[in-house]
Amino acid sequence: MIDKGEAQTLFEKVWSRHRVVERDDGQVLLYIDNHLVQDGGVPAFEFLRQRGLTPRAPHRTFATPDHYVPTDSRDLATIADPEKRFMAQTLADESARAGITHFGIDDARQGILHVIGPEQGLSWPGMVIVCGDSHTSTHGAMGALAFGIGATEVAHVLATQSLWQRKAKTMRITVDGALQAGVSAKDVVLSIIGKIGTAGATGHVIEYAGTTITGLSMEGRLTVCNMSIEAGARAGMIAPDDTTFQYLEGRPYSPKGQDWDSALARWRRLPSDAEASFDREVSLNAGAILPMVSWGTSPEDVLPITGRVPDPQALANADRRESGMRALDYMGLTPGMKLTDVQIDQVFIGSCTNGRIDDLRSAASVIKGRKVAAGVKAWVVPGSGLVKAQAEAEGLDRVFTAAGFQWRHAGCSMCLGTNGDIVAPGKRCASTTNRNFVGRQGPGSRTHLLSPMMAAAAAVTGRLTDVRQFMDEAPQP
Amino acid sequence: MKKFEALHAVAVPIQQSNVDTDQILPARYLQKPRSDNFGDYLFRDVRARRQGSNEMPFVLDQESYRNGTILVAKNNFGCGSSREHAVWALCDHGIRAVIAPSFGDIFFSNALKNGLLPIVLPAATVAALQDAIVARPGSQMKVDLEAQIVLAPDGTSHEFAIDSFAKHCMLNGLDEVDYTLSQMQAIVAFERSHDDEMPAPTGGQR
Ligand code: SF4
Repeated sequence: MIDKGEAQTLFEKVWSRHRVVERDDGQVLLYIDNHLVQDGGVPAFEFLRQRGLTPRAPHRTFATPDHYVPTDSRDLATIADPEKRFMAQTLADESARAGITHFGIDDARQGILHVIGPEQGLSWPGMVIVCGDSHTSTHGAMGALAFGIGATEVAHVLATQSLWQRKAKTMRITVDGALQAGVSAKDVVLSIIGKIGTAGATGHVIEYAGTTITGLSMEGRLTVCNMSIEAGARAGMIAPDDTTFQYLEGRPYSPKGQDWDSALARWRRLPSDAEASFDREVSLNAGAILPMVSWGTSPEDVLPITGRVPDPQALANADRRESGMRALDYMGLTPGMKLTDVQIDQVFIGSCTNGRIDDLRSAASVIKGRKVAAGVKAWVVPGSGLVKAQAEAEGLDRVFTAAGFQWRHAGCSMCLGTNGDIVAPGKRCASTTNRNFVGRQGPGSRTHLLSPMMAAAAAVTGRLTDVRQFMDEAPQP
Repeated sequence: MKKFEALHAVAVPIQQSNVDTDQILPARYLQKPRSDNFGDYLFRDVRARRQGSNEMPFVLDQESYRNGTILVAKNNFGCGSSREHAVWALCDHGIRAVIAPSFGDIFFSNALKNGLLPIVLPAATVAALQDAIVARPGSQMKVDLEAQIVLAPDGTSHEFAIDSFAKHCMLNGLDEVDYTLSQMQAIVAFERSHDDEMPAPTGGQR
């Protein structure tokens, strides 16, 4: 038996194994196993040069362009905007110079970093992984401690392969029970954020636990951990188990042979000890989770699709009342209207939240034999070149294109719009992404966050729709 | 990094919680080089929307706050994207300190690394500060990092906490990288034992 004093959480185990030194003020220099660099991280190389430094551990650094790549071509030369082209091209040049592994745009393995890390077997249980991107939390689904950092910190990690951190508090979110048909990992995480709020986990590392979480596929777990940052968390983690190991085994960068066996033995010891305690505990009942959709301009502004647009005037808190009014004004919605009456102009299926093969399969299952509603512009942007190839091998691309979707190349695309793929001002997009901030998908864009199945249902009807109604209906021939 | 000198300046109220970094610095300016003046892009879309409407101009565009260099914000300021450009935009505009009940984690550490002082004070204190400056636009406040004290327009003082190392770096304009490089021996020693347990992933074949 481990006594309470020695019992550790998954986070504490990973943390304690990466401590290089501790400073007088309690900050710890944490060793970084794996540093992922995207094209938006290019300014860090310039910082490094200004300080006369070079990357210290290029073999622990992996790069791919995702934010600035076109999704209608695989050639950086087709990027018309010289600044955008510069970002993607500079990442390639800097990587080559430093000896950093770079999955270029002409490489089938290119994709969104948080999709290709797990896909390539680069993200292992027990690792500390950082990237100059807030959704680095995604990799926590592999049992890693993974978090986003800023440009100065990217330069710091490049130069020293380490980072100063103050130990975060721990929070366990337990979700138990079976999910209804039509409800997915995205609905779970949107429900969590709706419950605890966008600052609900500030200063904490979340561990997701419970039978619902352990029952999720690796893809579903990655979706949940991806949005930890939308709950304010430093990181989100899930204990590695057989689902994790089966997913990792045989991937290009996973350990092989004897290395695999010894890694597996270590990884099996990572889950939180039964006696370990957390600073905060939250629990949810999976059976009560319905398909979710966001109505406002913060990821905490979510409701079950069966709901109505809330009336902020009814809120007691003046601050929330005002922000609710502002959100409704921006979103062009009226209090009391049924969410299923909200008409949409665009559908976007993709991003590091929902651009994986499971996501495309579930969306295709709803789309199959149906058509995109007249006037709706619908896109699928796979999360990586390999997700795209896999989907094509399964015929999913034809399901989408036959319905009227555009089938694009991999990248961040309309999640953020930095590559020029944007939602036009005033247009409304049903989107499988992670942020519905004002202007997130382009100036004046209106975003409704939802799951791939819900996005597919919205594409078919042209309005926000409860996908469960499609579950009992036989698809049209 | 610029040294943080004691501040005595106009305080600007940002009366909205969850101000995300997408608002502070819209994504389309992420491609701009650091040599640009990011102050031009600060709250760009919010400011433009206000200009195009019959609402009051955005607070930074109001005469009384134009020279303000201390922001008094609400809960969860700087949440969302990790873009350090949001901090650059505030710095380039001249903002030197942001006071709020809480911050987005990544924004908070980005701020410290650029000489922008993030100050956490209790929600009730921040609310009182906001009320005071809204009641008298153009009111000045003081921030004394050495003493870790904020002086409200009415002269009341409020102590704040900050990591001693971050404080040292801010006061002296020091860069953390230099300090870490001085620890290189420890890093090398750590790597020697760690590399067996957690080697770098290899073997990716195209
Ligand atoms: S898909 Fe969206 S959230 Fe994910 S890394 Fe790209 S821009 Fe960021």
